[in-house]
Amino acid sequence: MFKLLKYALYDILKSRFAIIYTVFLALVAISIYQVSDDLSKVSLSLMNIMILFIPLISAVFATTHFYNNLEFIELMLAQPVKRIHVFLSQLLAVVIMLSLSILLGFGLPMLLWGADSSLITLLVVGVVLSSVFAGFAFLASVLTRDKAKAIGISLALWIYFSLVYDGLVLYIIYSFADYPLEKATLALVMLNPVDLGRILMLMQLDISALMGYTGAFFQQFFSSGSGIFIATFALLIWMLVPNYLATRIFRKRDF
Amino acid sequence: MISVHNISKKFGKLQVLNDFNLEFELGNSYALMGPNGSGKTTLIKTILGMVIPDSGDITVGSQSIKGDVSYRKQIGYMPQIGHYPANIKIGQLFSMMKDMRPEIKNYDLELVEAFGLEEMKNKAMGTLSGGTRQKVSAALAFLFHPSILILDEPTAGLDPIAVELLKTKIKKERARGKLILITSHILSDLEELTNRAIYIYEGEVFFSNTIEELKEITGECKFSPAIAKLMEWTLKKKSKKTILNHV
Repeated sequence: MFKLLKYALYDILKSRFAIIYTVFLALVAISIYQVSDDLSKVSLSLMNIMILFIPLISAVFATTHFYNNLEFIELMLAQPVKRIHVFLSQLLAVVIMLSLSILLGFGLPMLLWGADSSLITLLVVGVVLSSVFAGFAFLASVLTRDKAKAIGISLALWIYFSLVYDGLVLYIIYSFADYPLEKATLALVMLNPVDLGRILMLMQLDISALMGYTGAFFQQFFSSGSGIFIATFALLIWMLVPNYLATRIFRKRDF
Repeated sequence: MISVHNISKKFGKLQVLNDFNLEFELGNSYALMGPNGSGKTTLIKTILGMVIPDSGDITVGSQSIKGDVSYRKQIGYMPQIGHYPANIKIGQLFSMMKDMRPEIKNYDLELVEAFGLEEMKNKAMGTLSGGTRQKVSAALAFLFHPSILILDEPTAGLDPIAVELLKTKIKKERARGKLILITSHILSDLEELTNRAIYIYEGEVFFSNTIEELKEITGECKFSPAIAKLMEWTLKKKSKKTILNHV
């Protein structure tokens, strides 16, 4: 397993994509640090960019990586190694590469110009979102035999969680505006890893006061121990369930 | 050594292998033939555990392949087209394969030397030509002295010198009493390298016997016309089937 991971990582970390992605993230972070001295403004801008792009890039990259390595995966399967180890080594290599890019690209500017708790949360949320969407991408990849279809499914999931879902939530909130909706919105947030990440970030900033009564409720929920526990648990489920399903399908897939 | 019992496999609606039975013995060299899409590669992939059959069982050396991966240590597999991670160097690929079989210390480097791969070990796999990649695949298949060699179109894409080197190596291993399974469309290669012929047609074994027997049955004294006759028969069988279906 670790031997497989070692070589998978070696291949992926030397890829052009890993370098370009890290440099891109670093450039974004540096430019935002140059524009503003206020750390909370920096983390807000970084968050807005991150929440949109990191799931997209993770999903597309993980899908293409799986299909580019398909023949190699086949060759590995002909060797005396367990299927699950072949799969997990590929998945972990992708997650580690995406996470390292974020940690280096965003982390180095932070080391240079300072960071606060919200920026640390930003790094964690970035890593979590990368693994969630890499999981979606691997699930999409094992479900179909066609690269274009798999990329389509990954993109559809990204569009759903990043754009469509918020529209649905807004629609629900407007339709039922006469009822108390705090708990319902909280439940809705748990059903979307992107929103969950965003709320966790926003709670670190002082702008939750701008979000009215629901904002205050969220602030109270996410600052309590049980609230953080539930949020972490929900994110863990988002990380593990797609990956678990993908592993199960992979074990029975034909190559 | 390898027994295939009642294997069936469907891809969607297409029945690729239909209640398939075959025995492969050590010391024999088998030519696996059949038209495109007849199930040759699926059979090989089922033996290697890459395709999971709907029903039936395969045993390799009396050990069922279900839920066990150690039997693959005895198999050297050369895929039809070898794809490798682009950024891994030849030397690293070899050490990775060695890492997967830590208990084997004695390597067969004959092909590595013959193909001059040692001098190229710092080249990344992504920069290699298709033929060089085939050479790497071939060298890897023989590297661990496996008792079973499964070669899927081994000579496709190789230059004439490399083809001769590879053929000599296959003959040498055959003389050592190994089980060799070759698929190819190049009949002259098969005649040279194998002593038994297996002809698959639409997921069923149409013929499985020695090459002498094949020549006798078909009444031809040469290998290629004998195979051509076999193909003709399969076509007749098919036309008979359709007539029956209409009645």
